[in-house]
Amino acid sequence: MIAAGSGGNGTGPAAPEPRPGDPGITAELVADHGLSPEEYDKIVGHLGRTPTFTELGVFSAMWSEHCGYKNSKRLLRLLPTEAPWVIQGPGENAGVIDIGGGYALAFKIESHNHPSAVEPYQGAATGIGGILRDVFTMGARPVAVLDSLHFGDLDSSRVRYLFDGVVRGAGDYGNCVGIPNLGGEAYFDRGYAGNPIINVMCLGIMKREQLIRGEAHGEGNTLMAVGARTGRDGIHGATFASEELGEDSDASRPQVQVGDPFTEKLLLEASLELIRSGHIVGIQDMGAAGITSSAAEMAGRSGSGVVIDTTLVPVREPGMTPYEILLSESQERMMVVVHRGREEEVRQILAKWELEAAEVGQVTSDGRFRILEDGRPVADIPALPLTEGCPTYEREGIEGEEVRALREMDLTPYAGGEGDRTADFLRLLASPNLASRRWIHDQYDTTVRTASVIQPGGDAGVLRVRGTRRGIAVTTDCSGRYTYLEPGTGARIAVAEAARNLACAGALPMAVTNNLNFGNPLKPHIYYQLREAVLGMVEACALFETPVTGGNVSLYNETSGTPIYPTPVIGMVGIIEELERVTRHAFREEGDVIVLLGRNTDELGASEYLYAMHGIVGGRPPRVDLLAERVLQQALLAMIGEGLLRSAHDCSEGGLVCALAESALDDGEDPVGIRVRLVDPLPSTALFFGEAQGRVVVSCDPASLERVRRLADRYGVPCTEVGTVGAIGGNFVVESADARIEADIREVGAVYFGALPERMDAQ
Amino acid sequence: MSAYVIEIRVTPRRGLLDPQGKAIQHALDSLGFAGVGEVRAGKLLVIELEADSADEAAARATRMCEKLLANPVTEDFVIEVGRAAAQPEAAT
Amino acid sequence: MRAVVVTFPGSNCDYDCLQVLRKVMGVDTRFIWHREHELGDPDLVVLPGGFSYGDYLRAGAIARFSPIVEAVKRYAGRGGIVLGICNGFQILCEAGLLPGALRRNDSLKFRSHDVHVRVETTDTAFTRAYRPGQVLRIPIAHAEGNYIADPGTLERLEAERRVVFRYTTRAGARGEGGNPNGSANDIAGIVNPAGNVLGLMPHPERAAEGVLGSTDGLGMFESLVAHFARERVA
Repeated sequence: MIAAGSGGNGTGPAAPEPRPGDPGITAELVADHGLSPEEYDKIVGHLGRTPTFTELGVFSAMWSEHCGYKNSKRLLRLLPTEAPWVIQGPGENAGVIDIGGGYALAFKIESHNHPSAVEPYQGAATGIGGILRDVFTMGARPVAVLDSLHFGDLDSSRVRYLFDGVVRGAGDYGNCVGIPNLGGEAYFDRGYAGNPIINVMCLGIMKREQLIRGEAHGEGNTLMAVGARTGRDGIHGATFASEELGEDSDASRPQVQVGDPFTEKLLLEASLELIRSGHIVGIQDMGAAGITSSAAEMAGRSGSGVVIDTTLVPVREPGMTPYEILLSESQERMMVVVHRGREEEVRQILAKWELEAAEVGQVTSDGRFRILEDGRPVADIPALPLTEGCPTYEREGIEGEEVRALREMDLTPYAGGEGDRTADFLRLLASPNLASRRWIHDQYDTTVRTASVIQPGGDAGVLRVRGTRRGIAVTTDCSGRYTYLEPGTGARIAVAEAARNLACAGALPMAVTNNLNFGNPLKPHIYYQLREAVLGMVEACALFETPVTGGNVSLYNETSGTPIYPTPVIGMVGIIEELERVTRHAFREEGDVIVLLGRNTDELGASEYLYAMHGIVGGRPPRVDLLAERVLQQALLAMIGEGLLRSAHDCSEGGLVCALAESALDDGEDPVGIRVRLVDPLPSTALFFGEAQGRVVVSCDPASLERVRRLADRYGVPCTEVGTVGAIGGNFVVESADARIEADIREVGAVYFGALPERMDAQ
Repeated sequence: MSAYVIEIRVTPRRGLLDPQGKAIQHALDSLGFAGVGEVRAGKLLVIELEADSADEAAARATRMCEKLLANPVTEDFVIEVGRAAAQPEAAT
Repeated sequence: MRAVVVTFPGSNCDYDCLQVLRKVMGVDTRFIWHREHELGDPDLVVLPGGFSYGDYLRAGAIARFSPIVEAVKRYAGRGGIVLGICNGFQILCEAGLLPGALRRNDSLKFRSHDVHVRVETTDTAFTRAYRPGQVLRIPIAHAEGNYIADPGTLERLEAERRVVFRYTTRAGARGEGGNPNGSANDIAGIVNPAGNVLGLMPHPERAAEGVLGSTDGLGMFESLVAHFARERVA
């Protein structure tokens, strides 16, 4: 058993001595651990002495950006986090909301940017693994994953390699565990050339009473390490994830963890069975910073302490030091807190799933995080400063000159468009940012668990909730280009568009999980982006009444000093009250009326048109009127609720014409022609391809048109009949006062569905 | 009893299309590696085994292949028996 | 009628199969764990999709040695009805209950989308509810569904009309991109000579409720229920 008896006997354990073989603490070693001299002084203050090497490692991990949010916490505190339906807000493994009928939904998004940049297949795979564990450790069964991917341009073979590896890795892992992918996004822009953004989101469903938290309370309860053995992989990943990539990041390969989805599946089933059994107090993934963060966070949340003997942890290779064992990020491991005396029952459940479990320590009441090596103390740290004491900073934030100049760029030379607009349209539609994502989704199991009502490719993914009449809709959104050119606007658009996507499916937006991907916050122009984006998100989430229940921060996304576009990814979930009202983006019946809700305005800045046709990232992102957005979405939900609409589709990147094309094409099997006439007095480029916000393309039976109009009027939403749905295989025609697009819809489909495979499978 | 290290190569059966090998061949070709002929992609299994003799080790490895490690419908296998090196960290 | 769905630790379609049989068809259905040695006395055994034991060596290679698959072999030998879907098909081939093998898809990618399969024979317990030549739209989701067998076996399969499902276009035509994985003779599903063991790569259980977009898979479960209703009368 564990030599932990000294915890409660009043004499107090002896302070740890430096361990033979460990390096001495020097200023250089402190700096190598990503800690500033001031932070180091704080550590000495908390301990009342010089830390041991092991303690320095523990602090370094817990006070990294990844675990401690040192540069983002002050901003994150501003986000709205509460609503009557929020059961669990930020600070746990995942957020949880009430979805009615006695059910709760757990969900969370997380980044795996740095690991994926180094080894895309394993990086993405272990990203999926980590986010699944965050959800099932809340007691919820994972029911869907989404991935928000941002890469450089596909012209680069390196980018194609990363993209291909990430999709295969995320696919193989999720497919094996058996969790359907419900969508996400894939975005390509030179702003991500050196540094891909890989964010993965997971949703899980549980009965409300099955909720469990990552807590370690009850003195004398047993800590068990469960699952895979601990190896040397990923040591200091949390610190690694908080540093910039250099030219030599390929050389840091040994730090990358390898995923084992089969073990994950076993862990998933065993964890849910353990939680239902009542034998355990708490459970937590050993994610970033491994045993250190799982044990410290569980103790921190419940105000208790822990003692762990590293020699009791099952290891994959001999000779591992306490430092290595504590900081290893080997995958598919969990820390479980077991009611004292029920260890055998727990072991039996784990044995059924062929999992190893080892008693590695105990819960104490002394509020300390104590680590022993074969009974000898090697770390003894007050738990609270470890989890809550990470210094937080408000940095200087000033907008970069370069961005301001780009935003002020004169776009008039591009506004006209005298040429062949049909050719422009087809060229634009072939852009990887607009073309069909089928190449990705075909590699993901989207139908396992037989609950996928809308599979990837629509505005939002939709799942049925068994045993109820409800559905859950989910989407992820972020246009990095908008956020780059005007961070606050970009973030507001990300929230508004996510909500609009859900509303198009007939869902009421409920809550948000966010992933803040930024560059180095110590640079004033990056901190400016972070601050403005968070403030934009604060405003929009408050207005849409979608509290943020958790998420992830990934900073230092830079390669050789070049930062990514600021990318605050929004993962949003909503509820469809009556699943039979679920609405899809595709036109359905010949003769239906096509109606535009919202108004066409003169927006061209930051558009995909400028990027794909002219290679330009510039201009002002489209204006967004959040209140008008909200009202539009309410009107849309009312129309869907009354069963008036045959289709609804958000109008976003690529503008109105691309939205029309997507609705006409659907999955490509039976594409329909359309005839649309636009009378707005706008230059054709902005009218056809501009990305004005607050617009939704809907279609309805002509007999319902009057009721649609009346509802729109009641909400004060602009409502314009723009055209009609034609026959299968007909022509796709969109015309304005001075320009015209006309093409065979099957030709449009060949471009739309062919673009990504042509780029990816060509060689 | 002695310690043997058995290397088993499992490859797609001769004459069967090997899509993975073909893809690799194509990739090598497009990267400019001249003169690349047929590529076959398979598995290498390295098994440590205690046995009385090399012959016995080989016989047991053959049974392993027939029973589990190779699928006779699609795969061929080749077995090589070596003595385990004295040092535990022998290069492979 | 009573059915069992075999659960391996890496099964991930076990629940889906149970739901369809129990909730949609009203069949008395339970799970049976891979370590069990006896099946009980069911009318139908389903080997569901998933990654039985991780499938790192070859799909289904290890599962075939599990106690429950030994029991399934005895059960099939007595004429019991066995349905293997996706990983279940792979296991049936590895276990020798069906001939041939399933290799990696010719695209070398996991393929997940709807396919069209043509019902080649309605003269089985699994397909009587379909029309001959009916084209079904059913999802696939697999990395190793590329069916292969030696020429003699393929000839025999064809001659004995044991190819039950074949990949086609929506119009029911062979070729023209209907085959998603390179499968020999466009084979999507086959039966054993006695006709009581069926393996197929597509997932009929994912196409059995209107809310999911297709009910084309329902016919298989209806066929089985009708089969046993008839047997009970007989």
